[in-house]
Amino acid sequence: MTDAEDSAREETAAPEPEKKDAGSAPKRRGARERLKKKKRAPEFRDAAPIVPPATVAGNALAIVIAIMSFLACLTVGAVTVVHDASRDWQGDIAREVTVQIRPVDGVDMTSQIEKAIAIAEGTPGIATAHALSDKETKALLEPWLGAGLDLDALPVPRLVRVELNDPVGADIPGLKKAIADNVPGGSLDDHSAWTRQLTAMAQTMVVGGFIILGLVLTAMVLSVVFATRAAMAGNRDVIEVLHLVGAEDGFIAGEFQRHFLLLGLKGGAAGGAAAIVAFAAMTLLRRQAPGTAAFDQLEALLGQTGIGALGYVAALGIVFVVAVLTALTSRLAVRRTLAAME
Amino acid sequence: MIRFENVGLRYGMGAEVLRDVTFHIAPKSLQFLTGPSGAGKTSLIRLMFLALRPTRGLITMFGRDTARIPKSDLPALRRRIGVVFQDFRLLEHLTTYENVALPLRVTGVDEAKYRSDVVELLKWVGLGDRMHVLPPVLSGGEKQRAAIARALIAQPEILLADEPTGNVDPPLARRLLRLFTELNKLGTSVVIATHDINLMNQVDARRIVLHDGRLDIYD
Repeated sequence: MTDAEDSAREETAAPEPEKKDAGSAPKRRGARERLKKKKRAPEFRDAAPIVPPATVAGNALAIVIAIMSFLACLTVGAVTVVHDASRDWQGDIAREVTVQIRPVDGVDMTSQIEKAIAIAEGTPGIATAHALSDKETKALLEPWLGAGLDLDALPVPRLVRVELNDPVGADIPGLKKAIADNVPGGSLDDHSAWTRQLTAMAQTMVVGGFIILGLVLTAMVLSVVFATRAAMAGNRDVIEVLHLVGAEDGFIAGEFQRHFLLLGLKGGAAGGAAAIVAFAAMTLLRRQAPGTAAFDQLEALLGQTGIGALGYVAALGIVFVVAVLTALTSRLAVRRTLAAME
Repeated sequence: MIRFENVGLRYGMGAEVLRDVTFHIAPKSLQFLTGPSGAGKTSLIRLMFLALRPTRGLITMFGRDTARIPKSDLPALRRRIGVVFQDFRLLEHLTTYENVALPLRVTGVDEAKYRSDVVELLKWVGLGDRMHVLPPVLSGGEKQRAAIARALIAQPEILLADEPTGNVDPPLARRLLRLFTELNKLGTSVVIATHDINLMNQVDARRIVLHDGRLDIYD
């Protein structure tokens, strides 16, 4: 353009401010331009966004994204708690098996118990085996049969608790067979049915959690699609001008995407921070208020762990996913709308 | 450069606003596109800028049949054409400088590379001291010059101007016309759509006259 302007400048009746420049040698003027540019530099602001931020439904969408992120984080937190608890349940139960000895007529219970303990202790992978004392047995039955129970008056089965020091290597089938063969009325319960039920329940809860997470994120994506379309409708003149000056669809989509990435980050961070505060508050409450019936029940079910590091990491992950999802969704929505235009 | 052959255009199911339009815009040529209001000047400009597709006929731009140009190629083609609209179409939230620099900004070029070019062009059109103000502060004439500068900054091969002097006083109109003729001398084809007879009488140039959607050419 420089040559064009140079020759045109001399012949064109340029407006007043330029007249003093007319006729200058291009090289000299180039040097002067650079000098002037240095002086003028502070007047150039950072390029304003081509899509004005005020025209993008900012706050409302950021709040929607924050709420959705909060719910997503809570869901993920709950899933990690259930997952941790189910792992603990399985671990606890797998570290212990129980020998049950039902009373058989003509057989002395005490000697059977001792025999069962001896068999158990002789099996590889077993740490200890001890029979539940009369007191423990009474305590176990008290909720059903009441206090003051006489164990000799009732044919009550007796239990031997066997703790494993090597849950993987322990010869449970061998122990089961030895007990069945050598102890009349004896049987081994390895809690596998209970473990299976717990695992199934925990897995169902985890799957349910992921479905809820999917629904929450889908609702958020749809909100972003609507907001993007609204922003595009509000900026139709800007899009027309961008087409006019030869902007590619990708460039236009990028201009919208920048706003939505920022909104996604803002909303996601707010929701994620709220969720992390909620997690911390829950953990603190459980430490502060032990002994209440509700917390005792909760602890009995979920254990002491509460929301672990995984929950917090997952919350941060949700913030990142929400921001990226928001930006990508808006980009796709812009490109689809642009493709439909013309 | 641009060739129309038997081009017809209708909006929806309405009557044809352009009928059997045939002409050729040669490289480095200067022409006026004229005719009464509603004759179809703006529609013709929009066809030449690929903002509209004809209902029938053949339009060839830079040797390519526009009906066969995929949508993805349009931006590159539009960068070879500069357009000045009667209503300026400046972005109100961008400064004069940013508006004029827009065609270069959308190509992803680093601002440092084009800043001096934009400043120089703004001075050439007489907006050297108005480059950091927003369009609402500019007068009609200043807006028009900013729009012209934006159309020229990417050094297009052809400039289409729709009523470029419609909003300015006669002295400024003469100055803008001179700007266009200078630009044409430097090798850019120029099409000026206007219904201002006085303006056309100042320059000896080809006239393309539209009347009721039909076209006559006076060389």
